Amino acid sequence: MVSEQLVDLSRLQFAATAMYHFLFVPLTLGMVWLLVIMESAYVMTGKVIYKDMTRYWGKLFGINFALGVTTGITLEFQFGTNWAYYSHYVGDIFGAPLAIEGLMAFFLESTMIGLFFFGWDRLSRRQHLLVTLLMAIGTNLSALWILIANGWMQNPVGAEFSFETMRMELTDFWAVVFNPDAQAKFVHTVSAGYVTGAMFVLSISSWYLLRGRDVEFAKRSFRIAAAFGFASVCSVIVLGDESGYTVGEAQQTKLAAMEAMWDTEAAPAGFNVIAVPNEADMKNDWALHIPYVMGLIGTRSLDKELPGLKDILAHNRTRVESGVAAVKLLETLRADPQDVAAREAFDRVKADLGFGLLLKKYVRSMDEVTPELMDRAARDTLPRVTPLFWTFRIMVALGFAMLALFGLALWYSVKGDFAQRPWLLRWALWFLPMPWIASELGWFVAEYGRQPWTIYGVLPTHLSVSTLSVDSLYGSLAGFVGFYTVLLVVEMYLMVKFARQGPGSLGTGRYEHEASHAHAVHA
Amino acid sequence: MFDYETLKVIWWLLVGVLLVGFAIMDGHDMGVGTLLPFAGRNDEERRVIINTVGPHWDGNQVWFITGGGAIFAAWPLVYATAFSGFYWAMLAVLWALFFRPVGFDYRSKIHNATWRSVWDWGLFVGGAVPPLIFGVAFGNLLQGVPFHFDSTLVPYYTGSFWQLLNPFALLAGVVGSAMITAHGAIYLAHRTEGDIQRRARGAALIAGLITLAAFSAAGSWLALGDFGYAITSSVDAGALPNPLAKQVVQQSGAWFANYRSTPLTMAVPALAYAGMVAALLLIARGRTLSAFVASSLAMTGIIGTAGVAMFPFVMPSSTVPGASLTVWDAVSSQRTLGIMFWATLIFMPVIVLYTSWAYRVMAGKVTTAWIRENEHSAY
Repeated sequence: MVSEQLVDLSRLQFAATAMYHFLFVPLTLGMVWLLVIMESAYVMTGKVIYKDMTRYWGKLFGINFALGVTTGITLEFQFGTNWAYYSHYVGDIFGAPLAIEGLMAFFLESTMIGLFFFGWDRLSRRQHLLVTLLMAIGTNLSALWILIANGWMQNPVGAEFSFETMRMELTDFWAVVFNPDAQAKFVHTVSAGYVTGAMFVLSISSWYLLRGRDVEFAKRSFRIAAAFGFASVCSVIVLGDESGYTVGEAQQTKLAAMEAMWDTEAAPAGFNVIAVPNEADMKNDWALHIPYVMGLIGTRSLDKELPGLKDILAHNRTRVESGVAAVKLLETLRADPQDVAAREAFDRVKADLGFGLLLKKYVRSMDEVTPELMDRAARDTLPRVTPLFWTFRIMVALGFAMLALFGLALWYSVKGDFAQRPWLLRWALWFLPMPWIASELGWFVAEYGRQPWTIYGVLPTHLSVSTLSVDSLYGSLAGFVGFYTVLLVVEMYLMVKFARQGPGSLGTGRYEHEASHAHAVHA
Repeated sequence: MFDYETLKVIWWLLVGVLLVGFAIMDGHDMGVGTLLPFAGRNDEERRVIINTVGPHWDGNQVWFITGGGAIFAAWPLVYATAFSGFYWAMLAVLWALFFRPVGFDYRSKIHNATWRSVWDWGLFVGGAVPPLIFGVAFGNLLQGVPFHFDSTLVPYYTGSFWQLLNPFALLAGVVGSAMITAHGAIYLAHRTEGDIQRRARGAALIAGLITLAAFSAAGSWLALGDFGYAITSSVDAGALPNPLAKQVVQQSGAWFANYRSTPLTMAVPALAYAGMVAALLLIARGRTLSAFVASSLAMTGIIGTAGVAMFPFVMPSSTVPGASLTVWDAVSSQRTLGIMFWATLIFMPVIVLYTSWAYRVMAGKVTTAWIRENEHSAY
């Protein structure tokens, strides 16, 4: 049996490296479209201030992008280094979107970013705008393929277990691509990235306005960010991926957990605004309950039922029992692939194989399985409610607070007097970290809520790891955290330095706090 | 469309194409990184060197990322077994690569000699370590790697990190390191002038000669030493992949079996020699672009030589030879191989097209005058 410590450390390392990576990704996703908008304004109006905006915000974009690339390399290889059995077991399906991401998106994005920074004097205006646009498309396509891969972990469609090769194999590629879960996740995640980009520009512009410097530059940036941010935050909330949560059992379990729905209610189910979940007794000690709302949000209907955790548990208990039979039959088949009777019996229960594998956490052989252990395995399939319930609520609250901010920012942008409203500018400034907090919480809900599985219902997390020593994991985890922390400090230092310096850092001679050097005035 | 056996061979070739693409494209900017602290004697010279690859290193690095993704998709057992087995070697590559994105982008953003010098050495590490480790990895694959599977195909690596650094593997590391340095030096000579170009040409000649010597030494060692594996059971190349269903023995000289049975394959090592000799002659005469093409062909030959020698093996096991991973039994399903084949066929030419365009836009010599004019935007 795999050591619990190894599993925990592997999970911690993945979580840490993925969450570091996602400090940089959302800003890239959003900023890149803001650059397209600013540069389009430049190409259409010919006003050089829009070119300066593209170049200055592009400079900050570049500082962020460098760490996005750095931390992204790890993720492409960490499945192999630390999740070897996972890689074998689902590589047939999971590897394809990762490879296609490289071929279709990441190449495009990474090639164009070079031309974005270095091509200003060598490309025509329109050509350069095309480069920026292709960079934006590449960036967003990249997110699409990664989220297709991640969506498959939540809702593993289009694949089937093969006992001959001892792994999951692809049966329908397009089902994986058009997995509703992946599509919902894509829209939600990239929109959240757009909000992050907009908040970044809005906050820093507000800071300039509060100090009364580079006012014209900051006002134009503020307006673009307000409009783009408002549209994006509406998209995050309206197309929030709760609509995807009704598809497949993984998401239903997650939904029930993050809403603390212990019992199945008659449709449309009510919504717990706040609650005090009691995990041991499987009930809420206290809850503020609004009827109908959950059913409406979750199913977009009045008549579809949402299962509660108790029913999910009962259902999973039967799947565990059937899964134990599947594991035993699989062992028979691996020993004698010609055993026709075993094969027929296996085909009937193989959908529950993953539930049987849950017991490998407790026993070496399925002969040691007792009804109590099966109860325990079934209980393992329910994620812990309290952390999910609260992280989800904080994320949603932040989302609505950002909606209010962007709404007002847009309103006063249209009225034209936002620069005279310090309270709004200060709000925008202090809200700078919020999209990042909301994004990280969102990923926590999505990934912690999928436990105890790496692939829901198919492969338990504790079987997915590489057979490494615990010492290796301590070493590599310390290395990653140390390395990333140093890089993060360096990145923040540069970001703050250039944000303080403002558009003057371009050395064009048109702004305050100009970069020194006499030759700066040649543009 | 294609039968399973054909697809398996196609994917062996495609992984080879991705490795060669990585060596040619990411290789030249890694070579430039390796040379950076030596070919650039002051800050301006170093900025010139960095800016020869400044607009391109990021796109080039995707050859590495996509190579990883393609191996995951096409050879999941190799991806799983090799990367978890070579754990610390793999982390050394990743951590070395960490220096590159930040090194390129952050280095010249601050006027401070220490800051810049630290990033210069970071870029050196990011350029020098990966080719060395990939060479060492190839050396270990040629010797066989201590790993096995349990009955449910969980891979277990039973060696240590330090035993990867044995003499033969280190020699293979020298091949990898020297060929990438020579290639990078040729590229650097093509994009610079004056002192830097002179130093780059010198470096190309030295690194090229080391490549030839180390490649020959490794070949002789393979011929005279106790290397090679052979499948002794019958092979059904079109069968469902199962790495536990065959018998394999360790057999001296087995890595030359393909060359003996199909003499035409001798063209691959011949290409390695001809390419590198041509590259050296051309760079000596200042024909930098032709030399770059020649060194690209040389690397194709060098990587191909190892590939042909081992075929159909990809990762032989030294402790349980029967568990060795081959082109026939470490692969994805026929459907996945087919889809990935079409995806590669469609996107690879597009990638080559816009990458060429990017190089055309940025073509020409990078000079200290250009650096001075672009003080705030150049790397």
